[in-house]
Amino acid sequence: MMFVPGNNPGMMADAHIYGPDSIMLDLEDSVTMAEKDAARLLVYNALKSIDYGTTEMVVRINPLNTPYGKKDVEAVVKAGVDVIRMPKTETADEVRELEAEILKVETEIGRVGETRIMAAIESALGIRNAFEIASASTRMMGIALGAEDYTANLKTQRTPGGAELLLARETIVVAARAAGIACFDTVYSNLDDMDTFRKEVELIKTLGFDGKSIINPRQIEVVNEVFAPSQKDIEKALRITAAIKEAQQRGSGVIAVNGKMVDRPVVIRAERTIALAIASGILSKEEAL
Amino acid sequence: MEMKNAVAGTLESGDIMIQISSGEGLEIDLQSSVAAQFGSQIKAVITETLKGLGIENAAVKAVDKGALDCTIRARVTAAAVRATGKDVWK
Repeated sequence: MMFVPGNNPGMMADAHIYGPDSIMLDLEDSVTMAEKDAARLLVYNALKSIDYGTTEMVVRINPLNTPYGKKDVEAVVKAGVDVIRMPKTETADEVRELEAEILKVETEIGRVGETRIMAAIESALGIRNAFEIASASTRMMGIALGAEDYTANLKTQRTPGGAELLLARETIVVAARAAGIACFDTVYSNLDDMDTFRKEVELIKTLGFDGKSIINPRQIEVVNEVFAPSQKDIEKALRITAAIKEAQQRGSGVIAVNGKMVDRPVVIRAERTIALAIASGILSKEEAL
Repeated sequence: MEMKNAVAGTLESGDIMIQISSGEGLEIDLQSSVAAQFGSQIKAVITETLKGLGIENAAVKAVDKGALDCTIRARVTAAAVRATGKDVWK
C-alpha cells in the first residue's frame, strides 16, 4: 500500500504506474489545514476520472471529530473509493460512527455496502482494543499499525530492530486473524537505508502481516521480493493442491505428498503460497488451476 | 453571486494555479506551455466547471503546469468555493 499525498496531483496521476497493490491517497497528516478543502476536491476528482486499473484505492480521511472528517467521507464515498482508512482509531464505537456516516452517503447515492473500512491503530488504547476494532463492522477489511504516533504515545521512539513495536505488531496480527480480516504494517521512512527496510519487511512477514505500507515506489520491489514465495515453495504448494483435488475425486479425506501425510494447516499454507505467487506475478491463475 | 479574490493550486508539475475574482461574463486568461495544443480544451474545462457551480461572471487567471482535466476541475472548484464561501459538500 503506497502512501500518496492528497494535495499533489502529479504524484496522484502517476502512482499506479509503479504497480503497488493499493494506493492510499492521504487527506490527513500530509495535508496542511489550509489545504484540506482543495485536497478533498483533488482526491474526489482523481478517483472519478483517473483509470487506476485493478489497483485498490484507499483514502485516509481526517478523524470524524475534526471539521474535515465528515466532508471527507461524503467526497470519497461519492467518488466510489474502495476503502476508507480511518486514522488514530481507538475504539470500536469510532468504527461504528464511521460506518453510519458511510451508510448515510451510500444511501443517498444508491451504492449501499460497497465501501470498506481499514482502521489504523496508532495508540496504546487502540492496541488494547484491537480485536474489538477489527470486529466492529462487516465493512472492516483490515487493520494497520501507525508506528510514529504509537511510539510517541508510548513515550519511546522507533529503532532499527523494532523492539518497541513487537507487542503492537503481534497484537494487530492476532486481532486481525481472530476477526478474519487483513493486517498491514507501518511505513519505514528512511529511503536511504534499504537494508534495514528489507529486514523490517522480513520481520513483519514472519509475524504474519499481509503487507507493508510504503512511502516511495523504490520500496515496492523489496516488499514484493520478500513476500513472493520461492520457486521451491510454489512447486510444493502446487503438488499439495493437486493431491487434494485428486483425493477429493477419489472421495478420500486424507492425502499424502512425498510420503508425508498432509493435514489442514498445510493445505491452508499451500493455498496462501499460491495466492501470494499469483499476487506477485510469478504464477498465472491458469497455472494454479 | 458575491465573490472575493481567491487562489487554489500550485505551480508544481502536473498542477494548475487558479486565481479567481469578480468579473463581467467569464474572462479566462490562460498561461500554459501546452496552450497551442490544449488551450481551448483547458478553457472549456474551466468554463464548464464554473457554470456547473452556477458562476457566470468571474475573471480567472490560470497558470497551467500540465494538469489533467480532473486536476483543473478540482482547482477551479476549490478557488470558486473559497471565493464564494459556498461549499460543494453538505
